[in-house]
Amino acid sequence: MSSRDVVLARVRRALADVPRGEGPGGLPVARDYHRVHGSRTSAQNVDLLAENLADYRAVVHRTDAEGLPRLIGRLLAERGARTVLVPPGLDESWTAGSDVTLVEDRASSTPRELDAVDSVLTGCAVAIAETGTLVLDAGPDQGRRRITLVPDHHLCVVRVPGQVVGSVPEALPRLAPDRPLTWISGPSATSDIELDRVEGVHGPRTLEVILLAAGAGTGTGTG
Amino acid sequence: MSGTYLGMPAFPRAAEMSTRDTQLRANLTHATHTIRDKRAKAVAELDDWAQLRAAGAALKDRTLRHLDHYLERLEAAVTAAGGQVHWAADADEANRIVTRLVRETGETEVVKVKSMATQEIGLNEALAEAGIRAYETDLAELIVQLGHDLPSHILVPAIHRNRSEIRDIFRREMGSWGRPAPEGLTDSPAELAEAARLHLREKFLSAKVGISGANFMVAETGTLVVVESEGNGRMCLTLPETLISVVGIEKVVPSWQDLEVFLQLLPRSSTAERMNPYTSMWTGTTDGDGPRTFHLVLLDNGRTDTLADTVGRQALRCIRCSACLNVCPVYERAGGHAYGSPYPGPIGAILTPQLRGMEGSLEASLPYASSLCGACYEVCPVAIDIPEVLVHLRERVVEGGPVTRGGARTVLKPAKGHAAERAAMRAAAWAFDHPDALRSGMRLAARTRRLHPQRLPGPGRAWSRTRDLPTVPAESFRDWWQRTRGTASERGIWPEHGTSSEQRGDAE
Repeated sequence: MSSRDVVLARVRRALADVPRGEGPGGLPVARDYHRVHGSRTSAQNVDLLAENLADYRAVVHRTDAEGLPRLIGRLLAERGARTVLVPPGLDESWTAGSDVTLVEDRASSTPRELDAVDSVLTGCAVAIAETGTLVLDAGPDQGRRRITLVPDHHLCVVRVPGQVVGSVPEALPRLAPDRPLTWISGPSATSDIELDRVEGVHGPRTLEVILLAAGAGTGTGTG
Repeated sequence: MSGTYLGMPAFPRAAEMSTRDTQLRANLTHATHTIRDKRAKAVAELDDWAQLRAAGAALKDRTLRHLDHYLERLEAAVTAAGGQVHWAADADEANRIVTRLVRETGETEVVKVKSMATQEIGLNEALAEAGIRAYETDLAELIVQLGHDLPSHILVPAIHRNRSEIRDIFRREMGSWGRPAPEGLTDSPAELAEAARLHLREKFLSAKVGISGANFMVAETGTLVVVESEGNGRMCLTLPETLISVVGIEKVVPSWQDLEVFLQLLPRSSTAERMNPYTSMWTGTTDGDGPRTFHLVLLDNGRTDTLADTVGRQALRCIRCSACLNVCPVYERAGGHAYGSPYPGPIGAILTPQLRGMEGSLEASLPYASSLCGACYEVCPVAIDIPEVLVHLRERVVEGGPVTRGGARTVLKPAKGHAAERAAMRAAAWAFDHPDALRSGMRLAARTRRLHPQRLPGPGRAWSRTRDLPTVPAESFRDWWQRTRGTASERGIWPEHGTSSEQRGDAE
């Protein structure tokens, strides 16, 4: 008998008390918890997202399509970033105002090459207001999971209000489970030493979020 | 379970030693109080916490009652997504599988993200015997590993160490594992975290094999979920070419939607955050993103034995948040090491004896490592009634009874060392079966009450040194009842209860 059969047989013997007629969905689960906590307009959701991101030490900026390239250029210049990783499907206009070398992520690029890059610039799939969370689903403007992990500075653009949902229960239906997903709530942090919170252990030590307002002719980008 | 923990003394002896360590007690008191206060605030933000908690408990019960169905479904979904599923009946088998999988890659070093399951089976030691070095990458686990130490808390394994101890460990040990600690390293947490970052980055960037656990596995989609803060998890899950995840079979949840419950319950209960900094979800393998090979090792190791106990089964709902540790007055004083397993605190007191069986003296002592105050049940996000299970396990220790070990039903013998308790229970049972003797005994006790000693003799001496013995009242309850209300029954006020031969006999 394989171990698979052994374990499954043990499970079945252990569950002799469960009535035969009870199907897997038979035990009722009351889902009387809230889909979202409180009632907010989409603008209020964006404000709450900004507030919660900042509370977990992310740096939040707001702009519209017209101001975006200038803002990105300024933020990179302020950090002294010379090289910026970009996913393959990133809107080229975003980096038009930046005086930096763009580094494309290639399948052949090694983690050490990624480690030598100053910053990474991506979009996102969904952002959750109540928890201050950005969700990346490896879409064309987000790239592979590793590129938002190894560089020390992550600049993430969220299209508001289209990509913002209120709560965790509202976020899951908008995500595809078969894609690799990364949920990011503030920069990397540890509290392992006497519970003092320190930002940045292995992931980016600085997370900057740009809330990009929908302007005329830019579309809403409902991720 | 883990070879690391063999030979641990029973809880009372270990606790006697650890409670004398004033540094440890100070560290623990600070840490547990800080986390518990923060947690209360994070939970208070959600006015539907009670409903979420009930849903979490119900979802876990639904899964456990049809665990075979959900495991088969999970296996099919993971396989369809390009992963390979292995089954391990016990710790040795899991270690053999992982060792073989690592050997097949030709590598002799692996990076690990913190995992309770791999601590439980003693994977690092098993790999070391096979010539494979496993690097723990969670900061606290790194501190524990470099300090040749054992974890003492589920969430913050190095909670028993303070910053200067950590600096000393880093200075002394980092060099022999890889990049040494920077010159002039101080004990500021930021500098210590930076030293860990530099030390571990060398490992991450060159690692070919990663080993993890998982917080949840979704049966419907085959998705695995790892919740963390530092990014070491993301490093281990995405940079290596091969990923091996060792996960207890109870970690499965039925559907994608169910994550909406657990992703709200876990971070707030655990780190007291609205959401932890990083959550990774992956389903099998994805071309061009992350590991090319993914192995899932499904671990039993006593879980099906636990499942067979209809009272103790609820321990398998545990999502390893550690909230129960931070409110427990016993854990706060004794510390995690006294529990002798990777699962300390109240949850460890019910989980360890069930996973390992209660034949050992440590395991038999754990159900007593509690004051039964109930605080652990109050904070548990999946409503595990820990006091109920503790009492149930105490009965098993004292009285023995039917248990399942290694999948086979057997009868546990009453434990040695509980003879007095058992004799007392037998005497009580006899007395309640012989009401006349009971009544006479109580009257005798009442008459001789002035002669009773204030302190117990013999083995009870130590117990009564710090406690007052209860005094025997001048009149037994039965006599008082008979004297004040006894005639009422005769008047037919309580005809149902008042006509027993015993009562009539007394009135005659």
